[in-house]
Amino acid sequence: MKTRYSYGGDEHIFVEMDEEMSLDAFFKSLAMSNAAREANIDGVREICPANASFQVRYDPEVIAPEDMMAKLKELEKIAINAEKRLETRIIEVPVFYQDPWTHECVMRFRERHQDPSGTDLDYAARINGYDSVDAFIEAHHSAPWFVSMVGFVSGLPFLYQLVEREKQIEVPKYLKPRTDTPKQTVGYGGCFSCVYSVRGAGGYQMFGITPMTIFDADQKVSYLKDFMVFFKPGDIVKWKPIDREEYDRILKAVEDGTYKPRIAEVTFDLEDFNGDMEGTNAKLMEALNDV
Amino acid sequence: MTFEVIKPGLLTTIQDLGRPGYFHLGIPEGGAMDREAMRIANMLVGNPEDAAGLEAVFMGPELKFNDDALVAIGGAEMPVFVDGEERKCWTSFPVKAGQTLKFGFLKTGARIYIAINGGIDTPPALGSRSTYPIGALGGFEGRALAAGDTVPVGKATAGAKERTLDQALLAKLPKPVELRVLPGLYWHRLTEGSQKQFFADEWKVAPEADRMGYRFRGGNPMEFVERDQPFGAGSDPSNIVDGCYSYGSIQIPGGTEPIVLHRDAVSGGGYFTIGAIISADMDLIGQLQPNTPVKFKQVDMAAALDARHVRSARLDKIRSALN
Repeated sequence: MKTRYSYGGDEHIFVEMDEEMSLDAFFKSLAMSNAAREANIDGVREICPANASFQVRYDPEVIAPEDMMAKLKELEKIAINAEKRLETRIIEVPVFYQDPWTHECVMRFRERHQDPSGTDLDYAARINGYDSVDAFIEAHHSAPWFVSMVGFVSGLPFLYQLVEREKQIEVPKYLKPRTDTPKQTVGYGGCFSCVYSVRGAGGYQMFGITPMTIFDADQKVSYLKDFMVFFKPGDIVKWKPIDREEYDRILKAVEDGTYKPRIAEVTFDLEDFNGDMEGTNAKLMEALNDV
Repeated sequence: MTFEVIKPGLLTTIQDLGRPGYFHLGIPEGGAMDREAMRIANMLVGNPEDAAGLEAVFMGPELKFNDDALVAIGGAEMPVFVDGEERKCWTSFPVKAGQTLKFGFLKTGARIYIAINGGIDTPPALGSRSTYPIGALGGFEGRALAAGDTVPVGKATAGAKERTLDQALLAKLPKPVELRVLPGLYWHRLTEGSQKQFFADEWKVAPEADRMGYRFRGGNPMEFVERDQPFGAGSDPSNIVDGCYSYGSIQIPGGTEPIVLHRDAVSGGGYFTIGAIISADMDLIGQLQPNTPVKFKQVDMAAALDARHVRSARLDKIRSALN
């Protein structure tokens, strides 16, 4: 890992932990952005953590850019020794794979795709070496995922697969971004899965859709009463494949305010995970299944 | 008091100075594209500078006032009419109950700002009345204005008087338009030749220029320093592991058309960025029409900070002139 610091114009400093994605880079970015928040530096306007980087927005009238830069570099020393353990939650997110809505969208934007002859799932399964779409879907939902960034638009989570590097799915983004993506599409780009929180443009491959609302500006959805955005960095997600009937049932429950996402409190320790991925994931699943 | 929207124009939204603090969740700061124009329009009607007004792009709305009001227009140059009688921009004027505010064709610039004494009084969302349509946040029901909307305005402040701004105090749009850039972020991904070319080329504002970002066309495609793409980034040389974007930062998807991220920008994504437009030039971008020729100019941090000071000194002068 090699940390790189850069100015983003006169109001931002960008800190990249590593060029490539890893949980180690995420935890270092999280530790540094937490340290920056706790340092309460005068002039800091906002701290935005990302997958393997973070950004600080500051007021250069309050703190000179080079002083801000020096303060952040000092924090790196603290962050290296930070505990790589999170008290967090695991959430079951239902996914209707190969649903009619994303399929319609997949077909509508075919000419922007690497392989216009098939679907996004056909393509993703093939380039990741799976014999069938079903086997690929199985790989997508069998292990838990880690929310390593929230952003792009309105509370959209980026998720990182909790398996060995060799088993991680990687797909390119669309050749040209789409102008439309159904709300709550489960997408994929680079090594990240995502849930499109709102309808709009997008460049990730489309695999399915969840009936679970994850952003609600009006906060009418029962589990978004406290805040309009559902996900936080560090959340762990387990996709649960569902069929059309189940999709319709959950959608209705979300709408009438009776849906309760399945959530368990868990601890995630990076060293434990790196030492025993299957064992750590089994424990996470046990906590979820006990709910 | 209230006014009614007879015609919404092309895209008229309620904006103030934005909702900072939620970018880490993908909710942009938003607010007026041309903050200076919004501030001055507010000063002219005796509002606090961060009061909510209207931002209209390319085409003015038609509004019918249900109560007496003091109104001012700033930003782009566009003829203003009250019941068919012409009024001036950068000056506050009364509109009587029952009168209609209308606009002629755009002359220069792209966005006008309409301030009304009392400020627009729709419910704030996350501390701001700015409209963010993608997240259905703020504004009028989370969307742009539509014909038939009745928009509430706050209580008029007592003693607000008609005022005129000496337009010599306004910033001049440089001709040809020059946008100052502080290189950084993923600047090192470009070859030295492309770095030079980017500043040498003449670019034009593309039709895809909105509150999220301004796209530019006409320059040479970028060449990238070769590397094995890092894990998780995606295969195109313009891809990075998804990270945060700075306001004003310039991303170049596929290395062809630069996009300057503006007030309603996405908070992050997987395209490399080559640096950022300096904060003092951000307002200027909001006044650029499609097809305007633009040169990007390389500056250093000292020049960027200098430009900030010039800008705040100018605003101070305007404040004291209007008080």
